[in-house]
Amino acid sequence: MALKQRSVLPGFGLTMGCTLSYLSLLVLIPLASLFLKSASMSWTDFWATVTDPETLGAIKLSFGASLAAATINAIFGLIVAWTLVRYSFVGKKFIDAVVDLPFAMPTAVSGIALAQLYSTEGWIGRWLAPYGIEITYSRWGVMVALTFIGLPFVVRTLQPALEDLDIEVEEAAASLGATRWQTAWRVILPTILPALLTGFALAFARALGEYGSVIFLSNKWEKVIPMLIFTKLEQYEFADAAAIAVVTLVASFIVLLFINLTQWWSRRYAA
Amino acid sequence: MGIEARNITKTFGTFTALRDVSLSVATGELVALLGPSGSGKTTLLRIIAGLEEPDSGSGAILFHDEDVARRRVGSRQVGFVFQHYALFRHMTVFENVAFGLRVRPKAHRPGRNLIKYKVMRLLKLVQLENMAHRYPHQLSGGQRQRVALARALAIEPKVLLLDEPFGALDAKVRQELRQWLRRLHDEIHLTSVFVTHDQDEALELADRVLVMNEGRIEQIGTPDEVFHRPTTEFVVQFLGQVNFFHGRLEGGKVHFATLAMESPEHAGAPTQAARVFIRPHQLDIGVERSDQPALEAVVLRIHSAGPNVRLELQAKSGERLHAELTQDRYRKLGISTGSTVYVTPREVKVFAEKT
Repeated sequence: MALKQRSVLPGFGLTMGCTLSYLSLLVLIPLASLFLKSASMSWTDFWATVTDPETLGAIKLSFGASLAAATINAIFGLIVAWTLVRYSFVGKKFIDAVVDLPFAMPTAVSGIALAQLYSTEGWIGRWLAPYGIEITYSRWGVMVALTFIGLPFVVRTLQPALEDLDIEVEEAAASLGATRWQTAWRVILPTILPALLTGFALAFARALGEYGSVIFLSNKWEKVIPMLIFTKLEQYEFADAAAIAVVTLVASFIVLLFINLTQWWSRRYAA
Repeated sequence: MGIEARNITKTFGTFTALRDVSLSVATGELVALLGPSGSGKTTLLRIIAGLEEPDSGSGAILFHDEDVARRRVGSRQVGFVFQHYALFRHMTVFENVAFGLRVRPKAHRPGRNLIKYKVMRLLKLVQLENMAHRYPHQLSGGQRQRVALARALAIEPKVLLLDEPFGALDAKVRQELRQWLRRLHDEIHLTSVFVTHDQDEALELADRVLVMNEGRIEQIGTPDEVFHRPTTEFVVQFLGQVNFFHGRLEGGKVHFATLAMESPEHAGAPTQAARVFIRPHQLDIGVERSDQPALEAVVLRIHSAGPNVRLELQAKSGERLHAELTQDRYRKLGISTGSTVYVTPREVKVFAEKT
């Protein structure tokens, strides 16, 4: 069996060669070395490291806060994208540009900004402090930072999907007696669900790897995974760091696989 | 009256889509809104449906003598069929048709079995029973439009409105679906209005045709009336090919090219400029000069593939003419490109020039 369809236009050999070398150098080899490094540990050591309360705490915080942040972004990002696509208003271009800011800003800058804003003396933090809610230097601070950096992913993946929505379909639903809520829930949402899931997955993946801004909002007892790995490296515990990285890698792979399966299911009607 | 719309005006910014249009459709009638794009026909249909609001100052909209002008589209009980089907692509055919029943308020929502019964009966009506579990993308254009129709009928609409229902289909499917829709209408007798820019479709399908142009109604009548007794120049020109001459009315006769013909409807009219229209099939063709007044012309092109033969002619007096004759007659004449023929109009349509 031929590996590819013959084409009269050459170029497959060259581009495929480039693709494989590039992906190997950048992705596959570093990942493989990670697995090799952790494989240098004995199974008991490995198990001890990954079941260490500190590690488990970091995994729980990282995945929990990332999922929460991605969920918040999925809901509010949808509203932002809808507003930007459906309505025209003064300052629309400006708001559209603002969406990209978390993407464009160095994460340390956003970290400092958020830390200032949410600290007990900050503009927002001071209103919450009397109720005993402290955002900065807590798990809530982590969530705020992860939500901040994830927003553009949801908005930017949803915009084209919403632009593709056929207004006639909504009119058809209305003419059949559906209320606006029924139309949104039964017609619009299922249609944009694949894009929404993509945005969710991207925001989640981005949040999981975030380091730069989180360090300004977290504390040394509640670390996210990247912070924990960095701490381990500082203490020259390379194998431990690799072990934690491997567990994270497998876990995020499973989460993303699940999201992909959902996405595939939500697209079952597509041509 | 099945549908009545009174004095509807609609402007979009500076563009006036409808100018004081009134329409009435008898119960059980199938009416075509015919016109070129931009004539306001779709806007009128959407206003009747409630998908568009008429300008304030417009009159009432009644379905079966009940004013629905203030009601929203969802409570008007209209079945609306869109040109591009507007099916819910994430739902099966069954779910598409069931949608209108499922979104009803709980008190009026039929039970699961009743929904199934109703949907399957409708799918049978549109001959798609065995497609119930397919998704729209697995169907052909004609099948999709039938699903759209079944979905619209599911809410037991008081009126059925169709916006260019065959516009996105290819010629053969169009023809079949057109005849099928007419049979369906004769079966269910639902008051229906459809929009089209295709005169054949309007003339073949509708009980009455409403010809629209630039936001106004030009003529309302049976297909026979609008075709054979057009009241405006626009209607003459829009309904099929026509030969046009500048002429002059004088003493009950119309003079054009080298001819003079009786024009009884302008018997008492003063001498004035006129516009003369002749349909291609109203031109008699002969190869020998007779005692009849005739235009001498040369055959430029012959299109003989079709039920009738169409000729393109160049008259000696300068006009380019289109004539149509039967295959039989064409063979008897034995003409070819370059032949000289004598053209006699059988019937002309004359309009006094607007001054």
